[in-house]
Order: sequence, then C-alpha cells, then structure tokens
Amino acid sequence: MSNSKNTELNFIIEGANCGSCVAKIEKALKSVQGANNVEMNFAERTVRVEGSAGQSALIKAVENIGYGAKPMSNKSDQDALDEKAKSDDAHYKKLMRNMMLALGVGVPLMVYGLIFDMSVSTTTQRIAWFVVGIITLVVMAVSGKQFYKGAWQAFKNHAANMDTLIALGTGTAWLYSMFVVIAPSLLPEVARHVYFEASSMIIGLISLGLAFEVKARGRTSQAIKRLIGLQAKTARVVREGQEQDIDINDVQKNDHVRVRPGEKIPVDGNVLEGSSRVDESMLTGEPMPISKQADDKVVAGSINKGGTLLFEATHVGHETTLANIINMVKRAQNSKPSIGRLADVISGIFVPTVMIIAILAALAWLNFGPEPSIAYAVVALTTVLIIACPCALGLATPMSVMVGVGKAAESGILIRNGESLQTTSKITTMILDKTGTITQGAPQVTDVVTFNSADENNVMQLVASLESSSEHPLAEAIMQHAKKQNITLSKATDFDAITGKGVSGKVNGQILLFGNKALMDKYEIAVDEATEQAHRFAKEAKTPMYFACDNQLTALIAVADPIKEDSAEAIKRLQHKGIHLVMLTGDNKATAQAVAKKVGIDDFIAEVLPQDKVNEVSKRQQQGEIVGMTGDGINDAPALAKADVGFAIGTGTDVAIESADITLMRGSLHGLADAIAISSATIGNIKQNLFGAFIYNVAGIPIAAGVLYPFFGLLLNPVVAGAAMALSSLTVVTNANRLRFFKPNKS
Amino acid sequence: MLMINILGAILIAAIIYWFWLYKPKQIQTDDNAVTIVVDNGVYQPGNIKVAANKQVALTFNRKDSAPCAETVVFPALDISKSLAMGDDNKITLPALKAGEYDFHCQMQMYKGKLIAE
Repeated sequence: MSNSKNTELNFIIEGANCGSCVAKIEKALKSVQGANNVEMNFAERTVRVEGSAGQSALIKAVENIGYGAKPMSNKSDQDALDEKAKSDDAHYKKLMRNMMLALGVGVPLMVYGLIFDMSVSTTTQRIAWFVVGIITLVVMAVSGKQFYKGAWQAFKNHAANMDTLIALGTGTAWLYSMFVVIAPSLLPEVARHVYFEASSMIIGLISLGLAFEVKARGRTSQAIKRLIGLQAKTARVVREGQEQDIDINDVQKNDHVRVRPGEKIPVDGNVLEGSSRVDESMLTGEPMPISKQADDKVVAGSINKGGTLLFEATHVGHETTLANIINMVKRAQNSKPSIGRLADVISGIFVPTVMIIAILAALAWLNFGPEPSIAYAVVALTTVLIIACPCALGLATPMSVMVGVGKAAESGILIRNGESLQTTSKITTMILDKTGTITQGAPQVTDVVTFNSADENNVMQLVASLESSSEHPLAEAIMQHAKKQNITLSKATDFDAITGKGVSGKVNGQILLFGNKALMDKYEIAVDEATEQAHRFAKEAKTPMYFACDNQLTALIAVADPIKEDSAEAIKRLQHKGIHLVMLTGDNKATAQAVAKKVGIDDFIAEVLPQDKVNEVSKRQQQGEIVGMTGDGINDAPALAKADVGFAIGTGTDVAIESADITLMRGSLHGLADAIAISSATIGNIKQNLFGAFIYNVAGIPIAAGVLYPFFGLLLNPVVAGAAMALSSLTVVTNANRLRFFKPNKS
Repeated sequence: MLMINILGAILIAAIIYWFWLYKPKQIQTDDNAVTIVVDNGVYQPGNIKVAANKQVALTFNRKDSAPCAETVVFPALDISKSLAMGDDNKITLPALKAGEYDFHCQMQMYKGKLIAE
C-alpha cells in the first residue's frame, strides 16, 4: 500500500488507441520523480499515479511521448466554488424568468377576479375562459415545467417531494376550472367559478421564493468561501538556485519558498531566513500580526506583512493547516445536531401525509360543507397541498449550522460537528487546565533579587552559562531571559544535574549551584536572608530558585508561568453565563491558589496527575453536570475525550486540529467564551427556525383545510397559500443568515 | 356521495401503498462497487446488496438540483457528504458488519438502503 502521506492523482489519457500505449505511458509516468505507483486502465483511458510527484510534471511526461493527459475531477476547492456560483446564478435567472411569465399572466387575472366575478354562465364567457385556460396551461408548461417533471419522475420512483405538492395543487385548480368551462351544466350554478389565476400565481410566487432562496443559500457559505479564498494560486520556489513561480499544486515538501511583503504564504513551512510580521487573523482570529524569523513556523493562507521570508515547505497540498481547517469546517457544516433530527423524520413522511390530509379535507367539505360544496372542496384541496412546505422544516437546521460553524471559523474556532455545537450550548461546568490554558504555558524569569552586593547582569551571565547545558523547562526560561538581555555565555565545565534539586558546575573558575532549597541544604549554604522573599514569591505563584557562587548565596531568581493578559476577563464572561469553573493543575497548592485567586476561580484542584484529570471529569459528570474540558490537547487528550465537549486551546496555528470537539486557534480564553456564545446563538437560531416552520405547518394546514370556516367563515385562498409557501422557506434561510451578524459580547 | 367517499378512501389507500409500502427492487453488486444516480427525488438504485466485511465503493452521480439532494447522509456510519452537481462523487465506506444501513438526503426525502451480507 502507498504511504498515507502520498497523494493520488488521476488523469484522463487522450490519444491512446492501442494496448501497447499502456506500457509506454506507464513507463513515462514512472520516470517522473516522486511517482511511486502508476496504474493505467486502458478500457477507461485513465491512469492513477500515487506518490509525491507534481501534477504538471506528470502531464508533461505524458505529452512528451505524444499523448495528452487531463486531470480527472481533481478540481480545486476554488474551481468547485466558482462552478457552483455559476450554476446558482443560472438557476436564479431561470427562476426569475419563470416568475415573470407566471405573474405576468396571474396578476392581471387576479385583479380581474377581484373586480369582476370569475364565473361562467354565458357562451361568450365560456369561450373567453377557455382561451384563458389554454394560456394558463402554456404558463404552467413553460414556467412550471420543472415542478411537473420533478413530480412525475418522483412519482414513478415511489417518491414524493415539494414538486408533487405544487403539481397536484396547481393541477387540481386548473382541471376543475377547465371542467367548469367545458361542462358547466354538470355543476350547480353557484359552483361555476374558475381558478385559473391560482395556478399561475402559485407557480409565479413559488418561483420567486426559490429564486430568493438560491441567493440566500449562497450567502450561508460565505465563511468557507473566504477560507478557500485564502489559498494562494502560485508559489515562488527556489530550485537549483533559480527562483520560479509554479502552480500551488506542484510545490513539494522541502521546497524552498520565497514570500515577498504583501503576499500570501502558499504552503506551511519553517522559516529559513528573513524576518517579518505575518497576519494570521483569517485563520486564528488573532488580530495582531505575529513576528516571524528563522525557525518559526508559517502557515498557508496567512499574509506576509513585513519583510521577505524564505522558508522550507513542511506541509503541502491537502496537508496544510488551512486545508485541514477547510475540510473540518466543510464536514461540520454538513453535520446536524440531534435537535434537527426530529424535523428530518417529519419531512421524510411529510408529503404523502399532506396528500392524505388534503383528500380528507375535500371529503369533509363534500359531505358536510355548505353549497357549493364542490367548489369549497376544490379550494381546500388545492390550498392544503400548496401551503404545506416540507422545505422550511428541512432547511431549518442545516442552514443555521452552516452559518454558525462558518461564523465560528472566522473567529478561529473550529467546531467538529453539529452535535458539539449543541452540547456546547448546554455546558454547566467548565474544567480549565492551568498551564497553557489560563497561563501562557512558558515559564519566564519574573524577578532577580541579588545578595551581598552582587551585580544582576553578572549573576544572569553565570546562571545562563551554567543552565545552557541543562534541559530542564526552567532552564528554558533562564535562557530566554539571557537572550533578551543580550548576555554572552561562557563555557561551563563539570556540569552535573542533581535530580529534583538543581544543577552544579563551574564557570570562569567559580563553583556554581543553581536550584531549589533542597540543593542549598545539601551543600549547607545559608539561605536565611532569602527566606522571607522566597515565601512572598511562592504566594505570587512564582517558583523561587536559589543561586550560590563559591558556596555563598548570591541571588534568588523567581520563575513563573505568567497568566495570559485577558484570562481574568474571559473567565468573568464565562461565569457571567452561569458556568461553574474548575481549575486543574499539576502544580503545588500555593501556586494553584495564587493563580486561581488572580483570575477569580474559587474551585481549583492542585497536584493533579494527568490520569486524575479524567476522573475529575467523570466525577462532575456523575453529579449531573454537562462538562466542558479545556486544555492544550496534548497531555489532556484523555480528559478532553471524556468530557461532553473537549476544547483544545492553542497558540496560533500550532494546535492539533483533530484532537478535540472544538479547537480554539487563538490562545486567548476569550475564544472559549466566544465558542459558547456562538453555539448558544446557533442553537437558538435553529430553535426559532424549527418553531417557525413547525408552527407554520401545524397552523397553516388546518386553516387551509377550513377548520376555521365553521367559526369565522375563514377559508384561505390558494394564492395566499402560494405566497405563504414561498415565504416560509425564505424566512428560514433569512433568519439563519441573521447569524452572520452575531457578535459575541466581549463584556 | 357514497361513491365519492369510497373513491377518496381508495385514493388514500393508493397513496399509502405507493409511497410507503412499496419496496424498491434489490440490486446485487459486483466487487462492492456501485454507481447511484441521484435524480428526480430518488437514489437509483436505492436498495443495494453488498458483501459484508469489505470496503464499499459508492459513486453518487447527482443530476438533481433540489437542495435536499446536495447532501447524502449515512447516519449509522456518521458519514455526511455533499455531492457536487452533475459530477461523480466517490464515497468509500469502511468494511461493514452484516446488517442494514440506511442512507438519505439531508431532509430524508430521498432514501436508500445498503444491505451487507
């Protein structure tokens, strides 16, 4: 089998007429670098190539031996989008033309009907109405062709849909009217009334509704369009010392890519040289451009704002972060929260049910209705068929999910599926991991206190030189600090790491010790003068480190993992929503307490082992809470999986997208509050839509059937039903689009 | 009047029979690959027998522009895929355990069934 990292490309081969071409073409393709597995299907004239070879190189290889090759339905996302926009536009124009013809005939007829009586008594009237009937038939055949065709095809296949209802409704109205014109004597005089205007008006109004719906549906996918639009079309790669612009699909892993100011980063990679600021806001929602230099990661779709960057491609094609995001958003937009499933069940059996109700209503009018009962029966039958709209019910959920998931993606929040969306809106308890979630996750030197008139720069130079050999996370903080102060390091000798205590070694001939109090105790170094300071640091969630030079305490260095600037504010937002917050940390109690107090969390648990995080989640679940868990997605994975909704929070684009139900691309906890706000808004929107569609059908069908007639003498006109049907699905789509303007409240 | 009522009842019975009680003809597949045409409100074929414990390669050819036809859903497999119009859309299903697997469009107006044996 092929390596999973390899891609598969399919081509249609042109001009291959003999069996012997197969071997030739396969040989030519195999000779292309990176083509591992080539298989040609002569019967279909197609060839499949596995491996990392670029598309255009393969096409060229085939062309070089005298054949043609065309990529097979390997359309880019952008092409697919363009095509869809084009077909949507054509569909829209066609619907509008249909609408104009149908209303062009229907409106004058209706106006006439309002002024005069559309009854048939004289021969002249019969002839006139017969002509009108034929004109209406033409309108139905031209403007309503798709409805009748669709209804008939569905009927042949034992299926029923919206077309069925429209075809039956308008067909009934026309047939009855024609019957009145041809054989009025068979009907009582009061029932000799024609309904030709209904057929035309219904077709016109529904076409208009559908046209608007096509437009509105296009807008619901705007977020994904924007993401796809982030993809660059070409990349400037440096191969054999030459810079060349190549198609984005031909960029290969390890290619060196150059990006100038103002250009889009085409693929993911690691910066080799240059420095710049890169705008990742479209991907992460992080508004400030991020500075990039050698060894930093860049991602496809971000925009280079400053200088020129040269980077090595690490992820290309469908492996880039952007491609993953697009994929995930697309998948989530097609999924459905369980709240929408009821509507599906209903719409599945909806159409035949409506047909039965229409027949029952007509029978009721015929049996019990006043004269002319046959006319009433026809009106009721037509109106019930037309007013019932399974579309509004069926569209209610998918439209809102589409907009909600897209809206979230725009703010750097990736939602796995509709179900996560629904559960997120119901979270009652949110467990937050401390390190990397509430805090930055990278320890920093916060204070340096020196003793015995030691010089701070001198101390840092010695400590950094000593720590340069260490791999401890705290050493990283010291090195960062030294780097910021441009300290030049000296060579350390006799380096020794004392597990659980610290390090020792020699720099510039001085004997150095750096570590915790236990290390000082071990070497019997007096630390009394630092004790009070050390306690104070501990209370502020800082870890005190002792530094001794030639057996004398020289400095106390505090290292802390700083709390993210906006953590406290975001936590307040979450609490404001009534969510109970719990902080978990592996740190000691003093640090945990200090951090919890600073951000305003009362419920915290310190010294938690990774496996205990899972237990904490289940414990809260057993108490009946709906538990969200937020962590960095790496060492919290089991707890994230156990929680009702797992949130992986990352800094920038580093986060593993597949690791959680919801991925927060932005490091800020505001993303979490935003995610909950957007989920609640989306679920709220779905409920409005479902309620609206449900009420519309529940109320509309009986009214159309005539239940209000015995009490208020009210019976709907079929034209009103047509307008209502056109409006109902349009209302749903428009309401879903309203979500696009939703702004999570930052206060 | 009695005639009309009987006629109505027959019509209702016919609707129930035609739309709900009818079972589409079963189609046997060769090597677990089948092309399903999505057109006129139905999946054709819509009742497909496949071999269990083997991957199933489905190709959906969508000719129907109705919104419902846009997405095909396999609820039991948690698969939901949008189908490009006028195109062959390939969906590969994992090896299925013996049993029945329904699939439908997003509003369940189009329905189909895979029977793994």
